[in-house]
Amino acid sequence: MLETNIEVITDMRARTIKRHFREGIKNIFRNGWMTVASVGAVTMTLLLVGAFLGLILNLNHMAEKIEDDVVVKVLIDLTATDDDVISLGDQIKKLPGVETVVFSSKDDELQSLINSMGQGGDVWKLYEQENPLNNAYIVKADKPQETENIAKQVTNLAHVDSVTYGQEVAQNLFKFTSYARTIGIILIAGLVLTAIFLISNTIKLTIMARSREIGIMKLVGATNGFIRGPFFVEGLLLGVLGSIIPIVGVLAGYKLVENSITGVSSIGFVEILPFNPFAWELSAIILIVGAGIGIWGSLMSVRKFLKV
Amino acid sequence: MILMKDVYKTYENGVTALNGINVEIEQGEFVYIVGPSGAGKSSFIKLMYREIKPTRGTLFISNKDVSELKEKEVPYLRRNIGVIFQDFRLLPKLSVYENVAFALEVIEEPPKNIRRRVMEVLDLVGLKSKARFFPNELSGGEQQRVSIARAIVNRPKIVIADEPTGNLDPDTSWEIMRAFEEINNSGTTIIMATHSKEIVNTIKKRVIAIEDGLIVRDEHRGDYGYES
Ligand SMILES: Nc1ncnc2c1ncn2[C@@H]1O[C@H](COP(=O)(O)OP(=O)(O)O)[C@@H](O)[C@H]1O
Ligand SMILES: [Mg+2]
Repeated sequence: MLETNIEVITDMRARTIKRHFREGIKNIFRNGWMTVASVGAVTMTLLLVGAFLGLILNLNHMAEKIEDDVVVKVLIDLTATDDDVISLGDQIKKLPGVETVVFSSKDDELQSLINSMGQGGDVWKLYEQENPLNNAYIVKADKPQETENIAKQVTNLAHVDSVTYGQEVAQNLFKFTSYARTIGIILIAGLVLTAIFLISNTIKLTIMARSREIGIMKLVGATNGFIRGPFFVEGLLLGVLGSIIPIVGVLAGYKLVENSITGVSSIGFVEILPFNPFAWELSAIILIVGAGIGIWGSLMSVRKFLKV
Repeated sequence: MILMKDVYKTYENGVTALNGINVEIEQGEFVYIVGPSGAGKSSFIKLMYREIKPTRGTLFISNKDVSELKEKEVPYLRRNIGVIFQDFRLLPKLSVYENVAFALEVIEEPPKNIRRRVMEVLDLVGLKSKARFFPNELSGGEQQRVSIARAIVNRPKIVIADEPTGNLDPDTSWEIMRAFEEINNSGTTIIMATHSKEIVNTIKKRVIAIEDGLIVRDEHRGDYGYES
C-alpha cells in the first residue's frame, strides 16, 4: 500500500518535471532574440568570471609557493674585503633558525641569471668581462616562518648591501592579487546584474505571452510551485546555455597556457595549477554560476507575478 | 456550507464594494445574485474563491475561514470551487478536450483518470462529439459549456458563475441553464450573478439582491425584481 503510494508520487513527480521541461524549452525557442541576448550576456559574464578566477587563483597559488620558499639572498656590499665577507658568513651562521649558508660569487650569480633568462640571457654575456653583480650568501632557514625574521636581522649586519627573500615577493604578489580581485569582483558583479536583468526580462516576455494560461491555472487550483516550474526551467537552461562557450574557452585556453609555460619551464617560480583538476573545477564553478544567474533571474520575474 | 458574517470590502482606491454582508448558503442550493451594475455582485463572488480578501468580517466555506487562508492553501480551496465567467476564458490554441483536461493536468491528476473524467463531463454538457474542435470553431453557447465542463471536471462542491449568459443570446442562455440545473441536481451548490430577468423569473430559485454593497432582499423562489 505504502509502496504503491510512493510509486504514484514519484510517477507524478517525473511527469510534472517532464512537463516543466517541455514548456520551458518551448519558451526558449518562442522568445527568439531575447533568448539570444540573455544567453549572450551570461556568456560574456562567465567568460570574465573564468578568466579572472583562473588568473587570481593562479597568482595566489604562486604567491603561496614563493612564500614557502626558505631561501634568503644576501647581497654583499661591493666594498667588502675578503675578511669582511668571511666574518659576515660566520655571523649569519650564528643567527637562530639558520640551517645552511652558501657563498655564491658574483660570477656564479651572473651564470645563474644568464641561465634563467634562456635565449634572452645572451645579452648578459656582455657583462662577463665587467661583472656588475654582487657576491652573495644564500641562506636557508629551518622553517618558512623564520625567513622574514632572518632577513631582518641580516639587514642590520655590516657589509650587507640588500636582502631579498621569497616572502617579500610573495607579499607583493598577494597585494597585486587583491587589487586584481577587487577590480574583477566589481566588473563581474556589474555583468552578473546585467545578465540577471536580461534573463528576468526574457522570462517576463514568456509570462506576458502566457498570462491567460497562468490565470486559468490559478483559477483551477494549480500551486505556485507548479506554475513556476517552466519558468524555473527556462531560466536554468538560459544560464546553462550561456556557460557552454566559457567552459570550452576555459578548458582550451588553460591547456594552451599550460603547454606554453611548460615549454619555458626554466623560469623557476612560474608554476601554474595543474590542468587536471583545476580547469575542471573552474568549469564546474562556471556552470554553477551560470545556472545560479538563470534561476535567480527567473525567480525574480515570476515572484511579482504570482503574488495575488 | 457558505457563511458570511459582517463582510466589508474596500478596494485600495477607497471604493467600498461590500458594506456588511451577512448570508448563509446551504450545500446544494441554487442562488441567483441580482442587482444593478456596480452593486458589488462580482466582489461578492470573488471573495468566495479568494480572488480578493474581505477588509473586515469572516467568510467560511465548509467550516474553513477563507479570509484567514494562507497563500499556499488557496490553490486547494480553488480545487473545490468551479468558477465560470462571462468571457469563457478558454485557451484558443487548445482543443475542447485539451481545455478541459488542462484543469486536471495542472493539479497533477494521473493521466489515466483524466481521459475518462474529461469525456464524462463533455458528455454532461453535450459536447462529446466536439471534443476535437477548437474554441473558435464553436458558438458562444458551446464555448460557455466548455468552460462549465472545465469548472466541474474536478468535482467541486460549489460552482460560482459571474454573469455566465451575459454574452449569449436568449436561446443559448437556456442551454447553459439546463447544464447548471443538471449540475445542481447532482448536489453541487450553484451561485450565479445575473442580469437576466427572464432566467430568474422562469427558473425559480433563491434570489439575493445586492445594492450598494448590502443585501436588500433574500427570497426563496424569488423574482428578479428589477426592470431589465
Ligand atoms: N479591483 C477594483 N478596484 C477598485 N474598485 C473596484 C474593483 N472592482 C470593483 N470595484 C468597484 O467596486 C464596486 C462594485 O463592483 P462590482 O463588485 O464589480 O459590482 P457588480 O459586479 O455588481 O457590477 C464598483 O463601484 C466598482 O467600481
Ligand atoms: Mg460584475
